[in-house]
Amino acid sequence: MKELIVILMSAVLVDNYVLNKFLGICPFLGVSKKSDQAVGMGVSVIFVMLVATAATWPIQTYLLNPNGLGYLQTIVFILVIAALVQFVEIFLKKFIPALHKSLGVYLPLITTNCAVLGVTINNITDEYNFIQSMVSSLGCGLGFLLAMWLFAGVRNRLEESDAPECFKGMPITLVAASIVSVAFMGFGGIIDKLFA
Amino acid sequence: MTDVIITAALVVAGIGLACSLLLVLASHFMGVKVNPVEGEVRDCLPGANCGACGFSGCDAYAKALAENPETPANLCRPGGESTTKAICEILGVEAEAAEPVVAFVHCGGDCNKQVYKEIYQGLNSCAAAKMLYGGKGSCLYGCLGCGDCATVCDNDAICIVNGVAKVDPRKCAGCGLCVAKCPNHLISIVPKAEKAVITCSNHEKGAVVRKECQNGCIGCMKCQKNCPAEAIKVENFLATVDYEKCIGCGKCVSDCPVGCLEMLKA
Repeated sequence: MKELIVILMSAVLVDNYVLNKFLGICPFLGVSKKSDQAVGMGVSVIFVMLVATAATWPIQTYLLNPNGLGYLQTIVFILVIAALVQFVEIFLKKFIPALHKSLGVYLPLITTNCAVLGVTINNITDEYNFIQSMVSSLGCGLGFLLAMWLFAGVRNRLEESDAPECFKGMPITLVAASIVSVAFMGFGGIIDKLFA
Repeated sequence: MTDVIITAALVVAGIGLACSLLLVLASHFMGVKVNPVEGEVRDCLPGANCGACGFSGCDAYAKALAENPETPANLCRPGGESTTKAICEILGVEAEAAEPVVAFVHCGGDCNKQVYKEIYQGLNSCAAAKMLYGGKGSCLYGCLGCGDCATVCDNDAICIVNGVAKVDPRKCAGCGLCVAKCPNHLISIVPKAEKAVITCSNHEKGAVVRKECQNGCIGCMKCQKNCPAEAIKVENFLATVDYEKCIGCGKCVSDCPVGCLEMLKA
């Protein structure tokens, strides 16, 4: 149990996918203008990460590894995740239209999101078992949501700040993103100390 | 060697096949039927999602058009006539000419006419300028001149001339984004026709207005009395034009003692 909590907490804070591993930067910069959109995107990512891990872990363990095809990981995972997201979209549209309406626009965006692919591949490289993989995916998703939500707040303040003309728009956003990222570096080592 | 290639190819092909089968079955059994007309109509719309049609975005308008035959097809302002025509072709109804509209800024208090009470050097935004004693001008109703409307305009139709926002009717699509943005609610959507428009929004009494701005409407009622079509009404010391009644004779424009009425250049 303690091990799972360590995995979860380190995925959220220390090894934050956006701010520490720099995966999923595209939605991080693209959809973080308003906090409600950022949260919508974050929740969708959590959902897709969990579903993707639930599908790719068995494929890797029971199909690719026994046949010595571990090197096909990337291409197979992309294929499976893309198909899965499409399936989830169809499913939501039919059975939970309300959820589809709020998540719908983000789902196709996530199909080719490197954070999702990164989580599934890292779960394999870290040699997690199925439960650990799921917990780690949940943690990464939560970390993504946290980063998105925090950064949406930062951008809100940026809009009202009087940045130098040449920095306006994307440059100042990137500067702010790097500062938030540096702030997250402060979490490094916190997990070892907490659960030592 | 060949074995490895064949196994790899088979596995990937198998997974691909399984995925495609899953999607085919899913779309077959769980697919939601979308009215094909709706999709076609949606493709005609510009996708600006401006909401000028009164629906919450282009998707909602397309849905309404496809489902309810009584929805007017000429509501899309950014798309204009060409869009209306395209929609009517799909729906198979007669095209009604959409009345072209433009945005108009009801303030003419430029820097030659208005009396300024302060020098504003803060953030270049009308919303911010308004927070400081209601803006730099002594008239609290007038254009703040920082160009929030120009920033929000997708067509570059608005520019600040002499401290007052001016709409270029040739570029304006009439979407109304600027109407919602102006903190003083100076902009309204008017018919794009040769009609009289008021270039003042000040509701103060005449004497007060005179001290604030040479362009301000003093509520003298001259336009109301002399209008042959009874299209102008003075309420709360400010003239308003009824565009449906206005015949565009231009009498009020020449009569107005302060010159706060003008003809819209269509």
